[in-house]
Amino acid sequence: MADGVVTVLRAVERPRRKAGTPAQEAAALKDALEQALAEIEALARGAICDASDMLGFQAAMLSDDELSRPAFESISAGESASAAWDAAMAVEIAGYRDSQDAYFSARAADLEDIRDRVLGHLAPAADGALIPGGSVVVATDLPLSRFLGIDWETGGAIVLTEGSPTSHVAMLARARRVPMVVGLGAAADWMSGREALVDAASGEVVLDPTEDTRNAFAARAGRAKAAAAATTAFRERPAVTKDGTAISVNLNAASAEELEGIDPAICDGIGLVRTELMFYGAGGPPDEEAQYEAYRRIVAWAQGRPVTIRTLDAGGDKPIEGVTMSGESNPFLGVRGIRLSLRHPVLFQTQLRALARGAVHGDLRVMLPMVTVPEELEAARALLDEAMTSLASDRIPAARPKLGIMIEVPAAAIGVDLFDADFFSIGSNDLTQYVTAAGRDIGAVADLADPLNPAVLRLIASVARHGRESGREVSLCGDAGGEPRAISALLRAGLRSLSVAPQSVAAAKQAIAAVDLREATP
Amino acid sequence: MKDETAAEQATDHTELTNAVGLHARPSVKLTQLAKTFDCRVEIALSVDGPWVDAKSPVKVMRVKAPRGAVLYVRASGKNARAAAAALVGLVRDGFGEAMDQPADQSHG
Repeated sequence: MADGVVTVLRAVERPRRKAGTPAQEAAALKDALEQALAEIEALARGAICDASDMLGFQAAMLSDDELSRPAFESISAGESASAAWDAAMAVEIAGYRDSQDAYFSARAADLEDIRDRVLGHLAPAADGALIPGGSVVVATDLPLSRFLGIDWETGGAIVLTEGSPTSHVAMLARARRVPMVVGLGAAADWMSGREALVDAASGEVVLDPTEDTRNAFAARAGRAKAAAAATTAFRERPAVTKDGTAISVNLNAASAEELEGIDPAICDGIGLVRTELMFYGAGGPPDEEAQYEAYRRIVAWAQGRPVTIRTLDAGGDKPIEGVTMSGESNPFLGVRGIRLSLRHPVLFQTQLRALARGAVHGDLRVMLPMVTVPEELEAARALLDEAMTSLASDRIPAARPKLGIMIEVPAAAIGVDLFDADFFSIGSNDLTQYVTAAGRDIGAVADLADPLNPAVLRLIASVARHGRESGREVSLCGDAGGEPRAISALLRAGLRSLSVAPQSVAAAKQAIAAVDLREATP
Repeated sequence: MKDETAAEQATDHTELTNAVGLHARPSVKLTQLAKTFDCRVEIALSVDGPWVDAKSPVKVMRVKAPRGAVLYVRASGKNARAAAAALVGLVRDGFGEAMDQPADQSHG
């Protein structure tokens, strides 16, 4: 939420400036290019990761004579600097926009950013006026380099009449907690200089607020801040419902790097380690030593807490060179997860050996993804036995880890009693998609892919019941476990263990504390 | 005056295996590496060209080589063999992008 004065960023004007002599125009363009490059390099010095890469790209393009060559040619033919530059960039940009590849066509926006920055230096009235700290910046869209050039420390907000919630700028604004509203749709100019209240959570922008509105807003902002602090307080506490039922809260992770700086005391263990990310590296699948080292480090981080590691979960939609199938008509229903591993027994053995070696260092458990029939579990178990035998004959220390399965294929959920697994973890993301036959990344049907659909909850409840009756632990590692609105339903369905992303721990524990299992479902 | 460094030539090729091909970040790395060599360095998508200057990020980006494309490298002049080998090595190393995986859809 933010309260500030509106500064409207106008689209850079393209003045039909009269051309001076070719020498004058060439000098003007050269100066503008140098200034633009210096600005980008200054911004790049303060940037990290994605922002740094993007600025590095812009700097590399701006330093390349090839970019401005066509413009200088037009200038020597009598064009003005801005017209020449604009036209040359239009050609370059069109080349990117026309690309079939989404990544390359997205770079057109970066080139437009470069074009406008240089045009800004050529325009007689500099558009790059300083934006006062704490401003509510209103624009059609906001190029990334412009965002980075504004000091957000003193507050402020972004209001875009167009823009996208998934753009690079949106990601950075989110990370830096700068309130941002996109798609406002209205014209902007008349807003200049007026006071604006921006509530990015609700998408509201209020102009020229009355005293009452402003006070109510400030009160809301104060409450939001206090609520955030209250949530954080839950992070370190054990997770207990209102009626005193203890809930096991575990973490989803992919690497030891991700866990660095996180105190293991905030969780009861690691409920899911996604190993496939190790397999996407440039060098191909990691060897046994590299995997063992990775597993060992994660187990060490957990300081005695259980660590559940999922075997390779890749498929046509998450391809690995030389391993996954290509050309499947529907990779989501194809050779993935355990199906893939069983087709690559050497690869699978390597992973199982590394896991058994890692199990020497702590409570390491192995979990199989995408299991559909009991035969898959038995085949994996036989391979794990082989791994133990071969490690013993190699005289390499190893321990036999517990072997459990993901419940995500509906067949496994409905027939859970047919599986002789040591434990079960419900993969609510895929279970929901398969049960509702709706893709959560397909906008038109995403609403149907709801983990709180009664059919999905019934399956979860029956898996939880089977776990209780057969004395096996049942957990849930999908996104729903970390969603406060879903937690009550999941606990009432009988789950007593969840695995969530580290940043969701506090909110999850807070939601758990609000649930009273003695009460009938509201 | 006779040019002592009579054209040392080298050509090599390799497949682009990183997730997004010759996009912004790899292009910048490629051109930076090419610039460390004095000789002429060029790339192309086929052995017949068209060959573009590997030291120009703008020209390299225009190639828009996707993942799976075979990238040809040609160098001529001083240390041409080393230059070609270095560029091919960079591509084979996935441009040093270790975790170049597709955007993660949490699979759970």
